[in-house]
Amino acid sequence: MVPFGGWLMPVQYSSIVDEHQTVRNAVGMFDISHMGQFIVSGNGARDWLNAMLTNNVAKLDVGQGQYTFLLNDNGGVIDDLILYRIGEAEFLLVVNASKIEEDFAWLERHLKEVQPPDRSGGLETAAPPQLTNRSADFGGVAIQGPRVVDLFHALLGPDVGIPGRNYIRDFTIAEMPVSIARTGYTGEDGVEVFFRASDASKFWNLILERGARFGVKPCGLGARDTLRLEMCYPLNGSDLSADHNPIEAGLGFFVDLEKPNFTGREKLLETKANGARERLIAFKMNGKGPPPRPHYSLINNGRRVGEISSGTLSPSLNIGIGMGYVSSASAKIGTALEVQIRGQKFPATIEKRPLYKKQS
Amino acid sequence: MNVPDDLLYTKSHEWIRREGDNIRVGITDHAQAELTDVVFVELPKVGASVEAKAPVAVVESVKAASDIYAPVKGTVVEANNALTNNPALINSDPFGEGWIFALKIDNADDLKNLQSAAAYKNQIET
Repeated sequence: MVPFGGWLMPVQYSSIVDEHQTVRNAVGMFDISHMGQFIVSGNGARDWLNAMLTNNVAKLDVGQGQYTFLLNDNGGVIDDLILYRIGEAEFLLVVNASKIEEDFAWLERHLKEVQPPDRSGGLETAAPPQLTNRSADFGGVAIQGPRVVDLFHALLGPDVGIPGRNYIRDFTIAEMPVSIARTGYTGEDGVEVFFRASDASKFWNLILERGARFGVKPCGLGARDTLRLEMCYPLNGSDLSADHNPIEAGLGFFVDLEKPNFTGREKLLETKANGARERLIAFKMNGKGPPPRPHYSLINNGRRVGEISSGTLSPSLNIGIGMGYVSSASAKIGTALEVQIRGQKFPATIEKRPLYKKQS
Repeated sequence: MNVPDDLLYTKSHEWIRREGDNIRVGITDHAQAELTDVVFVELPKVGASVEAKAPVAVVESVKAASDIYAPVKGTVVEANNALTNNPALINSDPFGEGWIFALKIDNADDLKNLQSAAAYKNQIET
């Protein structure tokens, strides 16, 4: 067990490699009860969130979600999160455990700055949105792997449709109200399921029991990390921080610079115009050697150009992989790097993301 | 957890087998189970002089890198090169094929500082 975002969580149940392969080949279940949930509702909710977050909230249908960033005034990342539109004017934010308090304080502070409705002109103006932190009320699991749809058909009946990619919908399973979102952090087909905190152990045990014939296994933080890193999904606190913005992290796809205003926009436009000082790159080791790990130096042509933000031995590729920020001049795909490990240098190459592609 | 009675143990989870003037060293079944999935071993150089409790090798699992310490002062006389190609031997046979290095010890009295199987069992069970 290790401390993680204020929770005690298992790194592994059987072994990281075994759990990793279970998710790639069958189906695995992760406890994600530590993650935070905020609800934002009211007529002004959409426009307010659009000013707080980088992605375009206006593009969301009811029931649809999007990956997005909460930035500080310098464009640095406070958190990466998924925003779901769960009603006409009601939104669910699923945020990182370690950032619940910081995110909530930031949002609450900015909410107070929203102008109170001006009723003097008799015009109908939107009331300020309501923001609530529901993190303690919900438990959650991520169920990930190619057998996930089979498992849910066994639970819900063969004719019940699972929500499409990035959509969320409410269901009742064994008398438990649950929200199922088709998303994940592994690169496999999968869902994240949220339920009342009091139903957490009942739901967990139900999936282990009913999923047994599909090969379901509980999986820990260790496999969650190797799976997401093969896909180059960033981890906040490692690959994302207040020191770098989403353009530098190569995640501009989730930033809509066409929106007239959102926190950090000016800084992102500046980065876009002047070029990033550093970029987040993905690399593979060229041969066998010690696994790359966070904070090891990255070297190009004998010069230190950055350091590893995330690194591991890829269980799928059986080779060392990682990500790290390097100066932009050394960030091109194909660039030869060296990783310094305990005084020795080991060759690596900058690769295109993702580092792992599913064979179909 | 397997803790053979005929070996000595360190607090840092190395086992020690006495072989005349030499000792053979590896990590315990308990240690390999905690690490799981050993993927890389950095071996000591044969001929190197090492102090007691100095880090001499590194065992890396997917989870973490762990230093392996010399149980007593001595000189490295063998390193298990089989681990270079097959580091998982530490998982499959920690007390046998998964040995890491052998030391010629400076002073046999130093072994008195190591603990018995019973004491090590007590350490990992509490």
